[in-house]
Amino acid sequence: MDDQVRIKLENVSYTYEEAAAPALSEASAVIREGEFLAVLGHNGSGKSTLAKLLNALYIPTEGKIVVCGYDTSRDEYVWEIRRRAGMIFQNPDNQIVATVVKEDVAFGLENLGVPTDEMLPRVESSLAAVHMSKYADSAPHLLSGGQKQRVAVAGILAMEPDVLIADECTAMLDPSGRKEVLDTVRSLNRKKGITVVWITHFMEEAAQADRILVVSDGKIVSEGTPREIFSNVERMRELHLDVPRMTSLAGELRRDGMPLKEGILTVEELAEEVERLCPLKSGI
Amino acid sequence: MLTNITMGQYYPVDSPIHRLDPRMKLVLTIAFIVAVFLVHTIWGYLLILGFVYLSARLARIPFKMLIKGIKPLRMILILTFLLNLFFTPGDTVLVEFWIIRITLEALRQAVFYSLRLVFLVLGTSLLTLTTSPVALSDGIELLLGPLKKIHFPAHELAMMMTIALRFIPTLLDETDKIMKAQMARGADFESGNLISRAKSMVPLLVPLFVSAFRRAGELAMAMESRCYHGGSGRTRFRVLKLKKADWLACGVVALLIGLVVLEGILL
Repeated sequence: MDDQVRIKLENVSYTYEEAAAPALSEASAVIREGEFLAVLGHNGSGKSTLAKLLNALYIPTEGKIVVCGYDTSRDEYVWEIRRRAGMIFQNPDNQIVATVVKEDVAFGLENLGVPTDEMLPRVESSLAAVHMSKYADSAPHLLSGGQKQRVAVAGILAMEPDVLIADECTAMLDPSGRKEVLDTVRSLNRKKGITVVWITHFMEEAAQADRILVVSDGKIVSEGTPREIFSNVERMRELHLDVPRMTSLAGELRRDGMPLKEGILTVEELAEEVERLCPLKSGI
Repeated sequence: MLTNITMGQYYPVDSPIHRLDPRMKLVLTIAFIVAVFLVHTIWGYLLILGFVYLSARLARIPFKMLIKGIKPLRMILILTFLLNLFFTPGDTVLVEFWIIRITLEALRQAVFYSLRLVFLVLGTSLLTLTTSPVALSDGIELLLGPLKKIHFPAHELAMMMTIALRFIPTLLDETDKIMKAQMARGADFESGNLISRAKSMVPLLVPLFVSAFRRAGELAMAMESRCYHGGSGRTRFRVLKLKKADWLACGVVALLIGLVVLEGILL
C-alpha cells in the first residue's frame, strides 16, 4: 500500500440496524498524508456516519476501510486505529470525562497504558499546542465551548495520532469559538503534519481546506479543491448546499454579464477581480 | 438559582489533614468507627471527643461545620435516645409513674447510643470535609483493587463516580435552562401544594432525563474512541504515595484505639 495514503475507502456502505436505506452507500475515497480534507454535507447526508466509520466505531456493512494500514473490520486493530485516528465530537460537554482539564487530556494515555512519568510531559506539550496551558488545573465546566473543544483536541493530540477526525466539532460553538478551534486544528495540520478530516456543514470552513468531499444522501457526489467545488454554484444549490457568500455574489454578477473568473471564495479575491475589470478612475 | 452548589461537602482549604493520602484517611475512618464501638465509659467518649476536636482544628475546619452535619440526624438521635430510655430493662429505678419506668441502666444506654451515633457522623464528616470527591473515588478504587480478583468492579465503580461528579455541574446548568424555558411558557414551579408541585416537575424531569441519556450515549462513544476499554491494562495519571504524615496519622489513630481498649479493661 502507498505510504502516502492515510485512509482508504473502497466501496463502503453502511446501513443502520432496522433502517431501510443505507446511511452511506458505495463510498470510495483516498485521504493522503498531511492533507486537510473537508467533508461537506447538509444534515442527514451521512457525513457523521462516515466519521464514525473512520474511527472503527461503526464497521462497514459492505466494502472496506483501511486506516493507517489497518483494516477497520479486524477486531485486533481497533485500538491501534483509534489511537492513530483520533476523533473530536460535536458536543464539547459530552466528550470530557475528568473533572480537571489536565486529567482529561491524560485520559487517552491512561487507556493506552502509557507509564505515569511519561504522561505529564505529553499532557503539557499537548495543552501548549492548543494554547490551553494556563487552564491545566481548571474545571472543564467553567471553560467556554471553544476552549472545551481545544481541550478535546489536546486529549487526542496527547495520543500522538496521525489523523484527526473532527465530526462537526464547531457546530455548537459561537463564531469566535468556531474560528478559535478551526485555527488551532489548521495550525496543527501545518506545523505537525497531522492529517485532518474536517466534517462540517459550514461552507466558510470547508473553503479553507485543501480538498473537499461533498456528501449528499449517503453518497460522495463530488470531490475537488474548494475552487473547483464552489465554482459550480448551480450544482451546489441542487445539493441543498450554500456556497460561500462571495462565491454566490460573484455568480450573480457573472449572470448579469460581468466576466468575473470562476472560483472566487473570499472578499479580497472578489475585490481584486472587480478592480481588475473596472479599474478605479479618478474623478468618479 | 442553582449555580452556588458546592460538590459534596468538601471544605477546600489546605491543611495537613487535607494532604493525607485518601486511602489512609478511608482506612483510618474505619478504624475510628471501630474505636467508637469499643468505648464503654464516659472517659472513652471524652477521649474520642478530644481526638475529633483536635483533628478538626488541625484540618482548619470550623467546629460549627462539623456540628452542622449532625442536624439532619436529630430525629433519629431523639428516637434512639427515647427508645433506649424507655425500653431498656434495668434494676435501679430513677423515675416511675403510670406506665413509664426509667432506670439508671436505661439512661446510661440511651446516652451512650446517642453519643455513638454522633461520633460516627462526626468521624465520617471529617473524612468528606477534608477529602475532595475525586480523591475519595481514587482512594476507594485503589483500596478495593485487590477485590478485582473476585470480579468486583472496583475500577468501574470509581469511573462511574468520577463521571457523575463531572456531569453534576453540566446537568445543573441544563436544569436551570429547562426551568427557565418552561417558566417562559407559563410553567409554575413554586406555588401550590406538595402534589401539584411534584406534578409541575414532570415537564422539567422528562427533558432532563432524555438529554441525560443522550449525553451518556455520546460520552460512551467519545470514551471508546479514546481507546477506553475498561480497567485492565490501564495506567494512572494521578499516583498516590504514602508519606511520613500518613504513617504518623496512622500511629495517632492506633494510639487512640489502644487507649480506648485500655480504658475498657481498666475502668
